[in-house]
Amino acid sequence: MSGKSFFVDLAKCTACRGCQVACKQWNKLPAEQTRNHGSYQNPMDVSAITYKTVHMKEISDDQGFMAAWLFFPEQCRHCTEPPCKMTADAYDDQAILQDEVTGAITFTDRTKNLPDFDEIREACPYNIPRQNAETKVMTKCTMCLDRVQNGRVPACVQSCPTGTMNFGERDEMLALAENRLAEVQKKYPDAVLGDADSTRVIYLYQMPPQKYHDFAVASAATPGLMNRKAMFAKLFGSAPRNKA
Amino acid sequence: MKLGRREFVKLTAAATAVTAFGGMGFDFGPTTAHAQLLKLRKGKETTSVCCYCAVGCGLIVSTDEKTGRSINIEGNPDHPINEGALCAKGASLFQLGENEKRVTAPQYRAPGSDKWEEKSWEWMIEEIAKRIKKVRDTTFAEKNSKGQVVNRVEGLASVGSAALDSEECWVYQAFLRSLGLTYIEHQARICHSSTVPALAESFGRGAMTNHIIDIKNSDCVIIMGGNHAETHPICFKWVTRAQEKGAKLIHVDPRYTRTSAKADLYAPLRSGTDIAFLGGMIKYILDKDLIFRDYVLNYTNASFIVGPDFGFNDGLFTGFDEATRKYDKKKWAFAMDENGVPKRDMTLKDPRCVYQLLKAHYARYDTKTVSSVTGTPEDKLLEVYKTFTETSAPEKSGTILYAMGWTQHTVGVQNIRTMAMIQLLLGNIGMAGGGVNAMRGEGNVQGSTDHALLYHIIPGYMATPNAALQTYEEYIKASTPVSNDPKSVNWWQHKPKYFASLLKAMYKDADLSTAYTWMPKLDVGQNASWLVLFDQMLKGQFKGFFAWGMNPAASGANSHKTREALSKLDWMVNVNIYENETGSFWKGPDMNPRDVKTEVFFLPCAVSYEKQGSITNTGRWMQWRYAGPKPMGKCKPDGDMIYELALKLQELYKKDKGAFPGPILGLNTSDWGDGHEFDPHKVARLINGYYLKDTVVKAADGTETLLKAGSQVNGFPNLKDDGSTCCGNWVYCGSYTDKGNLAERRDKTQTPEQAKVGLYPNWTWSWPLNRRVLYNRASVDLNGKPYQSEKPVLAWNETGKKWLIDIPDGGGAPGTKHPFIMRTHGMGQLYGPGLNEGPFPEHYEPMECPIAEHPFSKRLNNPAALIFAGEEKKRAVCDPRYPFVCTSIRVTEHWQTGVMTRWQPWLIEAQPQMFCEMSEDLAELKGIKNGEKVILENPRGELWAIAMVTKRLKPMNIMGTPTHLVAIPWHYGWVWPKEGGDSANLLTPSVGDANTGIPETKAFMVNVKKA
Repeated sequence: MSGKSFFVDLAKCTACRGCQVACKQWNKLPAEQTRNHGSYQNPMDVSAITYKTVHMKEISDDQGFMAAWLFFPEQCRHCTEPPCKMTADAYDDQAILQDEVTGAITFTDRTKNLPDFDEIREACPYNIPRQNAETKVMTKCTMCLDRVQNGRVPACVQSCPTGTMNFGERDEMLALAENRLAEVQKKYPDAVLGDADSTRVIYLYQMPPQKYHDFAVASAATPGLMNRKAMFAKLFGSAPRNKA
Repeated sequence: MKLGRREFVKLTAAATAVTAFGGMGFDFGPTTAHAQLLKLRKGKETTSVCCYCAVGCGLIVSTDEKTGRSINIEGNPDHPINEGALCAKGASLFQLGENEKRVTAPQYRAPGSDKWEEKSWEWMIEEIAKRIKKVRDTTFAEKNSKGQVVNRVEGLASVGSAALDSEECWVYQAFLRSLGLTYIEHQARICHSSTVPALAESFGRGAMTNHIIDIKNSDCVIIMGGNHAETHPICFKWVTRAQEKGAKLIHVDPRYTRTSAKADLYAPLRSGTDIAFLGGMIKYILDKDLIFRDYVLNYTNASFIVGPDFGFNDGLFTGFDEATRKYDKKKWAFAMDENGVPKRDMTLKDPRCVYQLLKAHYARYDTKTVSSVTGTPEDKLLEVYKTFTETSAPEKSGTILYAMGWTQHTVGVQNIRTMAMIQLLLGNIGMAGGGVNAMRGEGNVQGSTDHALLYHIIPGYMATPNAALQTYEEYIKASTPVSNDPKSVNWWQHKPKYFASLLKAMYKDADLSTAYTWMPKLDVGQNASWLVLFDQMLKGQFKGFFAWGMNPAASGANSHKTREALSKLDWMVNVNIYENETGSFWKGPDMNPRDVKTEVFFLPCAVSYEKQGSITNTGRWMQWRYAGPKPMGKCKPDGDMIYELALKLQELYKKDKGAFPGPILGLNTSDWGDGHEFDPHKVARLINGYYLKDTVVKAADGTETLLKAGSQVNGFPNLKDDGSTCCGNWVYCGSYTDKGNLAERRDKTQTPEQAKVGLYPNWTWSWPLNRRVLYNRASVDLNGKPYQSEKPVLAWNETGKKWLIDIPDGGGAPGTKHPFIMRTHGMGQLYGPGLNEGPFPEHYEPMECPIAEHPFSKRLNNPAALIFAGEEKKRAVCDPRYPFVCTSIRVTEHWQTGVMTRWQPWLIEAQPQMFCEMSEDLAELKGIKNGEKVILENPRGELWAIAMVTKRLKPMNIMGTPTHLVAIPWHYGWVWPKEGGDSANLLTPSVGDANTGIPETKAFMVNVKKA
C-alpha cells in the first residue's frame, strides 16, 4: 500500500506538548478555556479547535509505586479505509476526502451539510471527529496536507524532539515500527503496534493500549457488518438518497 | 442502523461481504479524492534562536512583507541541536510576539495613581535620565565609612537581564558601572550562581563543561537536581540518542516526573539531601577502589599534601569564627615544597594527602546513614552507585545533567562540588559524553553572566575591584595568581591583559589609572547579592531601581518582602514585553495604590525575534539571531533604550557637571552605534576587541604581520596589558575577527572524528576560542593518546606536532602541561580550599527542615549560610505547624515567573493554573481530593493551588519519621491570568548559599489544608 504514514513511538514520548502546540500554531487554532483538573493533561479531549492533545496516565505497580507514566499524543488515525468517510459518502462523497497520493483523510467545508454529525462521530472507532458548534463544519487532524504537499512534514512531526513522531512513506514507517517494536519488547514484553494494518498512524505501545486511552485502538480483529448505507454509497456513488 | 464505534470493517473484508450480499460484481475503484494542491503563504524567512531554556534551538520566522508581522514560527530543521524540534514553549513563540496584550507604547505610573498613562519615548528618556542624575548627584559616595575611595552611587540598584542579547548585556553593564552602581544583579544570581564557583573551584571555569549534542556520546546519563525532560525538553533528543546506543538514564528526584518516565532507573530523595546521597557515592567509589587511577593521579590534586592546620570535627572545619560566621581559609592551604609548589604523594598513602583525607571525610556516609537522611531505600542507593560508577572504565564516560535542584540551596555550591569530585574520581571530565553539564535556564543567561550583570564580577569573570585596591597596580597584583610549577599553565596569569583591555573598551580615551578610578568599588568582603539588595531596598537605601527584563516581585524569594521593598523606592524603570507583578506591584494584592508613591516608567521592549544580536546557550555556543518582524507598535530593542539613556546622561552631565562626571562623559559610546541607533555588530566587534594602535603580531611559526589600528584581535592570547588593545570581554575574543562574525556561521562541515562526537566546530562559535569540550586535555593520556578510542575529542598528531579534532584546552605537547589550565596548580580539585564553607562538601540540612538533628554531625545547618538578622522567627525548623517539605518546580509549558508564557493562550490552555502535587497519603491525611483548591501557608505567606493528588510523590522515611513532600510550580503571578494563582515565592525563605547568596527556594516548610 502506498501513501504516507505516521509512526508514533510512545516509548520515547516525554509529553513535552511540542506536537500539541505546533498543531495549534500551524493551523492558528484558538485555545480552549481550561482549568487544572488535578493533572498535567490539558485539554482533556480533542475538539473543534484541538486536533491533537496528549493524554497522560499514571500506572502503578502492586505496591502503589509508579511503574510508568504513559503519554499518548492523540490524533486522527487517517484510516486506510475510513469509516467516517464511508458513512459520509452515503450523503456526499466530496464532504470527506481521501487523498490519492498520501492517503490523508480530510474533512472539507461540505461536512457542514451532512445531516447527522453523531453518525460520523460514532462511526469512528477512535472517537476523533468533532464539530464546530456555529459553522457545523467537522474538524480533525488534516495530516498537514498543505505542508506535506510542499515537501514538509506535518507540524507535530517536525516539532517532536525525541523521535516519537515519525512520518514518511508507509513502507518505511512500517519497517521502522517493526524494528522499534522488537527493540522495545526487550524491556517491555507486552509492547504492541496499534492497528498497523488499518491506519496510517501506527502507535507503538509499551503496554496494553487500553492503559493509555479508552479509544487507543479499535477493538479486536473481528470485522463487523458494514452499514448498508455506506455499502450502497460505495456501489452507487453519492446519489441523493433518503436516510435509511 | 448506525455503524457502531467498535464495528470497524476493513474494505477488503467488505469486498467479500459484497459477494455475500449477492454478488453484484461491481468493481469499485478507490474513492476519488483529489485534495487541491495547497499553497503555503509566502513570507520573508529569517532565523532566530529560542529565547527560553538555553538549549538554543534554531527557529525559522516567517514574516508577511506587507503587514510586517510574523505569520509562522517553527523549528529550523537545519539546526544541529534541535533539527526542527521545539517544545510547547518554542512551538508557541508566535503568540509571544503576535499578541494583543503586549504593551506597545511607553507607560507611566504617577505617585499614588491607580492607572498607567501613555507617554512618548522622548519624555520617558528625558525624565528617567533626569532622575538618574538627581539620585546620582545626591547619593554619590566618593569615599566609604573607612575613608577609602569608592566612587559609587549608593542610591541606585539594578536587576536584569538574561533576556537581553549579549551586546545589550555588555553595554548595560558598562552603562550601570559608568554611573557608579555596585548593586547590579540578575537572573544568574538566583539560578546558577552556585554553579560558577563550584565548577571554577573544581576545574577552572564556571560553565557547562560539554555541550548539548555531546550528551549523545554518554554511556550513562544521570539527571539529579534537575528534571530535563521538562525544563530542557529538546536536550532529551540527545539523551534519547544515547539511550538508543545502550546508555542508561538514571533520575534521582523527590518526584517521579516526565524525566523519570523515560529513565531506566528512578530513585527518590528528600529535597536538600544531595550531599548525603553523593557523599555516599564517593564512599562507595573509594571503598571499592573504582577510581580511574591514572587520571586521578595525573590530573587531579588527589596526591597533594594538605597543610597541618586543616582539620574537620563534628560538622566544622578548622578556622571557623562563630562571631563572624566565616572561615579563615588560610588554614586549609596545601603544604608547599621549597619551590613553592604543592607537595605530592603519588602513592596516595600519605594520611595528609587529599585522597586519604577524602576517604576519611566520607567514612560517615555509609548507605544506612545516607538512606535515613535522604529517604532513598538502600537498595536503590546501591543500584544508582553501581550503575553510574561503571563509567570509571577508561573507555566509558558518564555525564550529569543538573539544574535548580542542586543550585538553589544554602549548600548549593557544595551540592555541585560533590558531583564534580565524583566526575574527577571516575575520570569523566574532558571526555565526550562526560562532564558536569550545568543546564542553564535562560536564553542568554550564559551571555549575561559572561558579561557580568552581577555585583561581584566584571566582564570575563574578573573580580569587581574593592576599596582595599586603590590603584590599577594594586588590583593587578592582588588578582593575578602565581604558580611556580613549570607544568602549570595557570592561564589567569594573563589577567592583566584582559583587565587593561576591558578598561579601554569602556573608557577608550582614558589612561588605565584613570579608568580604574572610574570603576565603582565594593567594600572589602561586601555582599551586594540579590537577597542583600532587596534587604537594603526594604531598609530604604535605593531611591531609583531598574527592573530591566526581570520580574523580582515573582522571582525573588520571599515575595512579600520583595514587594514591600519595591514600595520604598522613589522610582522604578521596568522594561518588559507584558505587564508584570514588578512594574505593577503598586496595584497588587495587599497594596493600596494611594499609599504607594513609587513612580514607574514602563518601557515596552521588542521580542527576541524582532531584533538582531547574539545569545549564548548553555553549551557556550554564541549564536547570532536576525530580526523578522519589526518591533511591534512603539516597542524598542533594549539596546536602543540603553544607548539613548547613555547618550542622554552624557548630554545632561555636559550641561551640568554634577557628581563625578568623568566616567559618564568618558564612557565609550562611540562603539555602540551611529549616534542614534544601537548597532549590535559594532558592539560585538568591541566585545571581541580591536587594536588601538598599529601592532606587529607574531604567529606561532614566526611570521610577522602588521595589524593596523582598528583591526580585530583574533584571540585573547594577542591581547595586551599596556592599553594598546581594547576588548569588552576576553572570553569572547576570537568571536568576531577580521574574517567576520563567527557567531553567524551556519556550516555543518566536520571531519569524520568531529562528526562522530557531534562537535559541529563550524556552526556558530563557542567560547573559549571555539573550543567545544572543556578540559579536553584530560581526555588523553600523558602521551596524547585518547582514553576513549571510540569517541575521542582530542588526539595528538605526532607528524604534524599538533592536536586534532577539538581545539585543545591548553597547547603544548602531550605530558608537558597539566590539563586544568585555569586552575593555579593545573589540576582538577578534589580538595577545594577556595570555597566559603569548606574544601569538602558536608551534609547540612536546609535552613528550614523537618528534623531537629541529623546523623552526620551536630551542626544542623550550613554555618556560613547567608541569613538576615531578625528573620529567624519567620523560619520554621521542625515546627509542627508547618510539617511538610515544600519544593518549587517547573513544567515544560511555562517558563520562570511565567511573565512571558502566561500571556500565551496555547500555553495557558496546556497548564492553566497553580497546582500543588502531593502524595495520595498526604491527601488522605488532610482529606484533600484531587482537583480541589488547597491553601499552602507558612510564616512568610500563603497561596492557593489546585491539588494534584498523585502516585508520583510518596512519603519518605526520614530518620524513622514518615515525611511528606509537596511540590509547587513557580510560574504564576497575580497579574494574569485572573484565575491562575500567584508566585510560589510567597512561601520561600530569604536565606542563601554561603558563597553566592543564591536563595534556598528548593527546600522549605509549609502547611497544606483544604481551601
